[in-house]
Amino acid sequence: MEIKWTPSRFRNLISKYILKRGSACIKCGICVKTCQFGVHKIYSAGPSRPKDALCIGDACLDKCIDKCPEDALTMKLNPAFESLGDFRWAPDLILSTWYQAETGKIPPGHLEYKTGASGGGFDKLELVFPKEIDEIPEEEITTTIPLNRRDEERYKVEIDVPWYGGGMSFGSTALNVMIARAKASKTANTFTSTGEGGYPDALIPYDDHIITQIATGLFGVREETIQRVRIVEFKYAQGAKPGLGGHLLGEKVTPEVAKMREAVVGSSLFSPFPFHSVYSIEDHKKHVDWIKEINPKGLVSVKVSTPTDVDMVAIGSYYAGAHIVHLDGSYGGTGAAPNIAKKNIAMPIEYAIPKVHKFLCEEGVRDKITLIASGGIRSAYDVAKAIALGADGCVIGTAELIALECVKCGNCESGRGCVRGIATTDPELSKMIDTGWATQRLINLYSSWRTQLVGILKRLGMRSIKELVGRRDCLRHLDYQ
Amino acid sequence: MPKKYHIKPKPTPNRFVPPRKYVIIEQDQYCLHCPTNACIKKDCPYDVYTQRRFDSAELRDIIDYFCKGCFRCIQGCKNNALSRTLNPEYLVLGDEYWTPEIITSAYNQSETGKIPVSGAGYGGPFTGEGFDSMWTDMSEIVRPTRDGIHGREYIATNIDLGKKLSLLEFDNEGGLISEPPPLIDLPMPIIFNPLPFGVLNQEVALAMAKSAKILDTFMIINESKLSRQLIPYQNHLIPLTNKVIEDKISGFRMVEFFDCNDVLALIEAARAINPKIVTLIRLRLDNGVVARVLELTKGGAEVIHLCADEKGKELDATNPQRDKTRFIKEIIREVHLSLIEQSLRDKVTLIVSGGIADSSHLAKAILSGVDGAAIDLPLLVALECRLCRNCKEGLPCPVKLETVDAEWAAQRMVNLMNAWHSQLIEVMGAMGIREARRLRGEFGRVMNFTDLEEECWK
Repeated sequence: MEIKWTPSRFRNLISKYILKRGSACIKCGICVKTCQFGVHKIYSAGPSRPKDALCIGDACLDKCIDKCPEDALTMKLNPAFESLGDFRWAPDLILSTWYQAETGKIPPGHLEYKTGASGGGFDKLELVFPKEIDEIPEEEITTTIPLNRRDEERYKVEIDVPWYGGGMSFGSTALNVMIARAKASKTANTFTSTGEGGYPDALIPYDDHIITQIATGLFGVREETIQRVRIVEFKYAQGAKPGLGGHLLGEKVTPEVAKMREAVVGSSLFSPFPFHSVYSIEDHKKHVDWIKEINPKGLVSVKVSTPTDVDMVAIGSYYAGAHIVHLDGSYGGTGAAPNIAKKNIAMPIEYAIPKVHKFLCEEGVRDKITLIASGGIRSAYDVAKAIALGADGCVIGTAELIALECVKCGNCESGRGCVRGIATTDPELSKMIDTGWATQRLINLYSSWRTQLVGILKRLGMRSIKELVGRRDCLRHLDYQ
Repeated sequence: MPKKYHIKPKPTPNRFVPPRKYVIIEQDQYCLHCPTNACIKKDCPYDVYTQRRFDSAELRDIIDYFCKGCFRCIQGCKNNALSRTLNPEYLVLGDEYWTPEIITSAYNQSETGKIPVSGAGYGGPFTGEGFDSMWTDMSEIVRPTRDGIHGREYIATNIDLGKKLSLLEFDNEGGLISEPPPLIDLPMPIIFNPLPFGVLNQEVALAMAKSAKILDTFMIINESKLSRQLIPYQNHLIPLTNKVIEDKISGFRMVEFFDCNDVLALIEAARAINPKIVTLIRLRLDNGVVARVLELTKGGAEVIHLCADEKGKELDATNPQRDKTRFIKEIIREVHLSLIEQSLRDKVTLIVSGGIADSSHLAKAILSGVDGAAIDLPLLVALECRLCRNCKEGLPCPVKLETVDAEWAAQRMVNLMNAWHSQLIEVMGAMGIREARRLRGEFGRVMNFTDLEEECWK
């Protein structure tokens, strides 16, 4: 994965701090010399407006505001920064994700890039590192995980990073975004998922890195789309709207989307729930068998949400023949979901992973199935924590969109969709995203995450991410331990 | 199958501009005064800057109402002259229980009658106090869900108000000897509680009565407030009283008595006047509630209405430690379980009021063990109440509740209830429960924060 500097599409960056230069400035240039980050510049015409976005604010040990002989500089938190994001995607986390997508590097100290501010779950967990470890060279540390752990004559798929992209359908997200995700997955040797809206032809060159989804709406599902890929995913439920079908509101059903989904332009699409052909594990097996028959080499992933009996669902999926159980926790992303469902239905992923991991271990099948977690994985640290709780890997979605400069305004569902060009199929708005730019932003983010994971493993004295699976002793709960 | 319950929502605009979460800051000192067609404001994808106007009623610019917070103008302005901040007016709305999110969401629901739907994952805190510390279950594969919301399967939200017989007795010829007590079939597990504050004029009372009639539910009203104007709606009114007044009993389908020592005698007296009447007992939710519910149920109470405070906390004047007071969720559970223990649960209907602020609270209260809820403040919020409580001190109402029109107000309440009803169906559908009656006390379909933490971490 090659990192390339990929700056924001927008003229003004949202900075954490605002620096102001008052009229008392005597153009002495001390601030220029003091700042290591290039915030200040003085041209022949006079000093420029400080480049706030580069300022690390309170984390700076040698502050220009303290050095200024005339007290002409002032620094304060940017109100726009404080209004960005929410509890889970705290402003710091959004800005640090942007930083990683731009530079491919670990963010500087003034941004909290590991956790959000939700006050629970991953945000209350901390990795515990041993004091003494054997030094392992970074090149020897691997983050590769296998996805097929069954003894079956099927693709022996391995992915080089312990995550892949979650389902985002054609209809909810822009085609350029889908292509960029596919390209980035190919580069990183991982996967991305088509979601339930059909398989656009533009994705065919990336077939080997695409998971095609069969959801309750069965939009665009054909034999050839199932045969084309190495992994097929059954979406039984989605964390953001557990127990409810997919929502695509009318205005986003453009002629192209309608054609792909064989639906009517402008008419809202509410996928049924559940699969009306599945009311038992036996029915579920019939579903899995159907796919295995159509695609004799392909793997089957089962995406489920997190009810109280999620462990039963997981073991049932194993016996039905699935290769991957993908748990989507209740705080997962969505293009459109009822607010009541997002907040209240099903349990957060932080509880579901250990529950399922433990149960699969007790049943003696844990090493025969890949457990993938999603629904609130926002950073490399979340990935590490999810794995330490018992998952083999993660699925990410919102983090990728944030890398493409999503501000989490939550208006993906309405009107023409996202006005930042991400979650839209509007011909004009979707032009805002250039595929090359988006691909590189994702590669940069992946790269930074991988670097962090390698760093974490190194500090834990582990050679492989596989060693971290279920290592609860590597985690500390801030409230209880 | 019962006739399908259907509420007709109708777009009913706000009269006042509700506060939005963010305000746009235009820093004029940085404006370069670009030619109009080069200004970033012209490119707003939501046409915020062209829709903006000065509201002559509120004497302010209402630009923020239109803004959806996409940051495009802020990030695009040539001289970085635009910014935004959290709106203090939004932040001060309501209190820690009646949060700005709950209030503004209710405004939207009352305006459109629709379920709030949005993009992106949930952004709130991981957990919280009261109802926020529980999640409801969903079903997949092994326990099928019900596809209720789009009418593909029928989910009944009816509950029965009244006393139920534990067994039926027949004579030798097979004829029924037992006389079934009167029972009221409520199509949605909600009745209206008297509003605790607000401008409570005739129009507001009329609006509540009208919407109760449209929704086929009931409105509890203090008997002293029963005016002639409300008589056409008497099939949907529940007079609230502490004595038996003949004309407040006959002609009504239900009556509510304040709890008192001889309340069971009052019920007998009421039944003597009108044998068809279903009686409610209004009980304060305090320390003694469990014992009192058991006592009343054994004595033949039909419906017990448990009243907590506005934030869903028990009312206990004797407890000086306010933070130790329990939340309705826990008390309901205790009441429900002690009734079950004594094989009495099906004899009585339990209604709770206080702290039911949004539709998820309704579902969670029922899951905790009541049959239904009585709501008050949400109805006031449907009329754009800002919950500022100015009226309690005789100060003017910021949304001029005194000038509401009953038709408008009734439709707003109907819209809100339609949205709640649809959301209740969403939650029930996700759980695979097709009857609100079966939702009651389904602890197995509830996940509690404390239990999960315990299981996971301790």
